Amino acid sequence: MSFTTDTVKRTASLARLALPEADLAHVAQQLEGILVLIEKLSAVPTEGVEIMAHPLELQQPLREDRADGRDLAGRDIYLKNAPVSADGLFLVPKVIE
Amino acid sequence: MELHDHGLADLRRLLQKKEISAVELTTHFLQRIRSVDPQLRSFITLNGENALVQAHRADRQRADGSTQALLGLPIAHKDIFSTRGLRTTCGSRMLENYIPPFDATVVERLEQAGTVLLGKLNMDEFAMGSSNETSHYGAVRNPWDTRMVPGGSSGGSAAAVAARLVPAATGTDTGGSIRQPAAFCGITGLKPTYGRVSRYGMIAFASSLDQAGPMARSAEDCALLMDAMAGHDPRDSTSHPQAAGQFSAALDRPVRGLRIGVAEEFFADGLDSQIAEQVRAAIAQLESLGARIVPVHLPHNAVAVSAYYVLAPAEASSNLARFDGVRYGHRSQHADNLQELYQQSRFEGFGAEVRRRILIGSYVLSAGYYDAYYLKAQKVRSLIREDFRRAFAEVDLIVGPTTPTPAFALDAKTEDPVSMYLADIYTIAVNLAGIPALNLPCGFTREGLPIGMQLMGNYFADELLLAVGHAYQQATSWHLQRPDLAEVQG
Repeated sequence: MSFTTDTVKRTASLARLALPEADLAHVAQQLEGILVLIEKLSAVPTEGVEIMAHPLELQQPLREDRADGRDLAGRDIYLKNAPVSADGLFLVPKVIE
Repeated sequence: MELHDHGLADLRRLLQKKEISAVELTTHFLQRIRSVDPQLRSFITLNGENALVQAHRADRQRADGSTQALLGLPIAHKDIFSTRGLRTTCGSRMLENYIPPFDATVVERLEQAGTVLLGKLNMDEFAMGSSNETSHYGAVRNPWDTRMVPGGSSGGSAAAVAARLVPAATGTDTGGSIRQPAAFCGITGLKPTYGRVSRYGMIAFASSLDQAGPMARSAEDCALLMDAMAGHDPRDSTSHPQAAGQFSAALDRPVRGLRIGVAEEFFADGLDSQIAEQVRAAIAQLESLGARIVPVHLPHNAVAVSAYYVLAPAEASSNLARFDGVRYGHRSQHADNLQELYQQSRFEGFGAEVRRRILIGSYVLSAGYYDAYYLKAQKVRSLIREDFRRAFAEVDLIVGPTTPTPAFALDAKTEDPVSMYLADIYTIAVNLAGIPALNLPCGFTREGLPIGMQLMGNYFADELLLAVGHAYQQATSWHLQRPDLAEVQG
């Protein structure tokens, strides 16, 4: 089995996702089932096949690196959805002691 | 025939002839939602007061001579589209209190066309699911049999349109999320060519696959919505410069002479026999309308689900990294430091299916696995596109079943994610290739559940799909059937 509880823990840590110890075995079992589904890809010959990164082969459009009016529309509007803010800033727990 | 039994195009004619007003129409649908929806739970948020304000404005504008295409027509949006000032949850606890500061382009365009917004529709959490059971706001019920799921992820949209709670709705489709619920609920739904409808303001799941589209009772109604929805948007870097189209104007194109491909891969083991029978009958009907049926092959369809469950979770794990409990969304009260704040907020805010997909995505992108899974899946994606390219050199359209089974019972697949994923076995390849596809109702099972067929077209064949759908619906009445739902006194 590829998905041990340790693999789940390591992956959850990469994804910044807390998972209770009690759930790990069940999650490992479900992820293993999904891995079996995606392992079917290994049977498909793909030598010399280019990757497909995008449905339509369009050039990435570029614009000048400058904020437009919409971006500057108002800090206060954006802060309204912040769980905790003060003085126009997003607040987080203390990072440096 | 009651007011709510009319489709969008009919109601538009009634409004234009001034036989009804937008206020009457809005009042009628809001009342119907309040009396019928408690048994379906297709709406998350109603926009009652504002809808009436919009309806009054529409009536004034009509009196002043306005000829906006959809003036006064009520619609509802899947709760994945950002609506300025109106709560947008994406079916998640994470966004339970999120009030967007801006409108999605789709919302803006449909408002500019004159529509009245009745509310926001239930969906699988972050559009991840095929049954609407992953919604934080409760599972939606199928109006044809409330013991069954409506499909997903646009299950609220499909159920509301089928139950005549709204004449038309928006949906989004990453792996089948418009077409599969449309099939399960007996309505018409289009997944447009990637890039024709702007993704700006549509909460991202898998950005290279996501596409918004119309869900309504007929191809004609879907065309009306597409006239307004499609168009180039500089705010979406994947929007196509030639995205706009004349969908309604193209509806009368005849079926005669079209070459329609049938891929036997879509009729393989696992397909419900009643669906096979009804879809074959629909193909015969298209032939009798003058189409020529041609066998085609899509050999890589069998591995499409596998490629999808690498690519979609990979993109999702990256897109959903923005939910960190800091700038918006749920924030845990049980964290002592920044790491814990991220980890706990994400654990509490996301449901089990979203967490699973974030984990799979993070796993396939992690060091040592990237080539084996992600790059491999990108190559298989090329092969799937190549299958379609080869087929569309021979035919104008491909037709097959939309789903392998009719709507299944609530709770039947919730403990087995892989069996749920296989509900999208016929729809996923379309998203990987980026081509358009349309679900059309084409019959019922003996148990009375709707059956859908899927028409797939080449890039930018959206107009052709709708025209063939329209011709089929002129000759059949499957799309006119309605579920028997009692009004409950609220």
